[in-house]
Amino acid sequence: MFFALIESSRSALASIIAHGLRSFLTTLGIVIGVASVIAVISVTQGMSSFIGDTFASLGSNSLTIQSYTPFEDQMKGIRARLTPEDMELIERRVEGVASITPILFANRSSQIKFGSQTAFSRIIGTTYAFQEVSQNYMSVGRFIAQSDNLTRRRVAVIGDKVRENLSLPDNPINEYVEIGGEWFKIVGLMEAKGEIMGQSQDDIVLVPYNTMRSLLGNQSRTDIQIQLSLGESAVVENVTQQLTTLLRNAHDLDSDEDDDFQIQTAEQLMETFDTVINMVTYVIGGIVSISLLVGGIGIMNIMLVSVTERTREIGICKAIGAKRHHILMQFLIEALLLSLLGGLIGLALGYGLGTLISSSIPSFPPASIPFWSVALALGFSGFVGVLFGILPASKAANLDPIDALRYE
Amino acid sequence: MALIELNGITKYYEMGNQVVKALDGIDIEVLKNDYLAFIGSSGSGKSTMLNILGCLDKPSSGQYHLNGKNVESLDPNELSEIRNLEIGFIFQSFNLLPRATALGNVMQPLVYRSIGYRKRKEMAMEALQRVGLGDRVDHLPNQLSGGQRQRVAIARALVTHPSILLADEPTGNLDSQTTIEIMQLFDELHAEGHTLIVVTHEDEIAKHCHRVVEMKDGRVFNDSTTSSAAVTS
Repeated sequence: MFFALIESSRSALASIIAHGLRSFLTTLGIVIGVASVIAVISVTQGMSSFIGDTFASLGSNSLTIQSYTPFEDQMKGIRARLTPEDMELIERRVEGVASITPILFANRSSQIKFGSQTAFSRIIGTTYAFQEVSQNYMSVGRFIAQSDNLTRRRVAVIGDKVRENLSLPDNPINEYVEIGGEWFKIVGLMEAKGEIMGQSQDDIVLVPYNTMRSLLGNQSRTDIQIQLSLGESAVVENVTQQLTTLLRNAHDLDSDEDDDFQIQTAEQLMETFDTVINMVTYVIGGIVSISLLVGGIGIMNIMLVSVTERTREIGICKAIGAKRHHILMQFLIEALLLSLLGGLIGLALGYGLGTLISSSIPSFPPASIPFWSVALALGFSGFVGVLFGILPASKAANLDPIDALRYE
Repeated sequence: MALIELNGITKYYEMGNQVVKALDGIDIEVLKNDYLAFIGSSGSGKSTMLNILGCLDKPSSGQYHLNGKNVESLDPNELSEIRNLEIGFIFQSFNLLPRATALGNVMQPLVYRSIGYRKRKEMAMEALQRVGLGDRVDHLPNQLSGGQRQRVAIARALVTHPSILLADEPTGNLDSQTTIEIMQLFDELHAEGHTLIVVTHEDEIAKHCHRVVEMKDGRVFNDSTTSSAAVTS
């Protein structure tokens, strides 16, 4: 059996080489199929591992709490809220919290002006603790101080993207920008953080929380987000449990009512991203693998032609003693070798393509090929080769020697 | 004991409503070291005869014993094995594998016997030298002349040391000079103890043989031994 395998591979290889151009064109379908599968996987997997790294840098021990209103209730005009009172409650009652900070988003125009330049940005009211929770570091100047908050000073800390958009000088400290009709002095510029999924993390303006509240007008219906980071020894599940109990009590929720808030950990957020990316990988990968199938049909087609073309040769081999399995094996291995060859070339091409894509789009993460995708691509192309090789091979093996010898 | 023993062999083909009797009751014995020619006009059944003798085809009825084995009960794979072990084919159109060298062609039947490459090459070289092509082993068939191609085919038939050599119009595609050379080679092989069966329509070829079987309408019309060279073993 092993002997027959080696002899069949020998003659299959000789036949592939003898028809060099045709063999290449035959495998082209497989090459393109495997190349696109690998390119897609390498790009999305690169993105996935990049996002993993990014979230790890956010700190896995930070939690975000935000209000949550089911869609049905939104239709009824009900809006769940998180209030500054909720935050005070958490600060006083929950154990294991290292720092806590409110985040208040501007609900009106988020227009910023500097001189003649106008830009739009995310404007967030928060406190000094935000720096620790979200791990922002200063490039120039200082962060928002506690005294800024207490005295409602009109100061702002900006991200690098905002500085760029407003054509502010490299050192924008002590420049004044206009936000919502009020003038704010820039006291700090944060270090650039780059992008996640094409969204800049540096397009951000931070102002003191209380300043923001007064800017929004003293609305009683303030809805804030609360970010907190946990102490070294605190257990995430434990704190989540405390928060849930506390907030449910504060919001007077009955035991049959759902939470009107959401507690998100950085880890959860990462998992969500991962799920989305994996889904994209599977869907695109699935679509692309149809082309592998088409490639397989191409191989079958050429193998059938090749069997017809070599009918006489098959007849000769049978006359001098070839058994069914000798012929079958030879053609099957030829199909297998063709598609594996295509798989290998496609692998190299796909990796090159993935690298090209991710390097030609700025700030795109580098491509990475997981081992399983290599195994999958080669395994699948081998499978396609055998699947579509069987029909031509058995056609060859079942030829009648006399008819085959007479074939012109 | 006879090497080949045919008893009441028939071969019928159905063509539409008509039944064509290609062979119609053949009884014949071929002894070891026979040098036999089947002659006859086209349609006389000699090609069908060759296919059956060569185990390429099975008779419709009758018994065929080759070297003591009853051939009729064998399946296609077993027939392949019989062809490989017992029969050496020499065809009119040579039937060499076009992409294999002379050496590769001669080595091919040994592949189906699972003989290793080194041993195969050794045996094939020996056979090629026997037919006088020791210096052309690396040529492809299309780089050889007709006579040389037929010598490669003869070497391929010899390399397996078969019980019989079956030649189907072996000189049909050759010029007269080459024909003489090939027939000389046949005479030599016979003298070395090989059993040869030649199918031909040329009397010149048949004259070399020591026994001539003339066929007509699927029957043996005349069976004459022209020489006592065939010896019973």
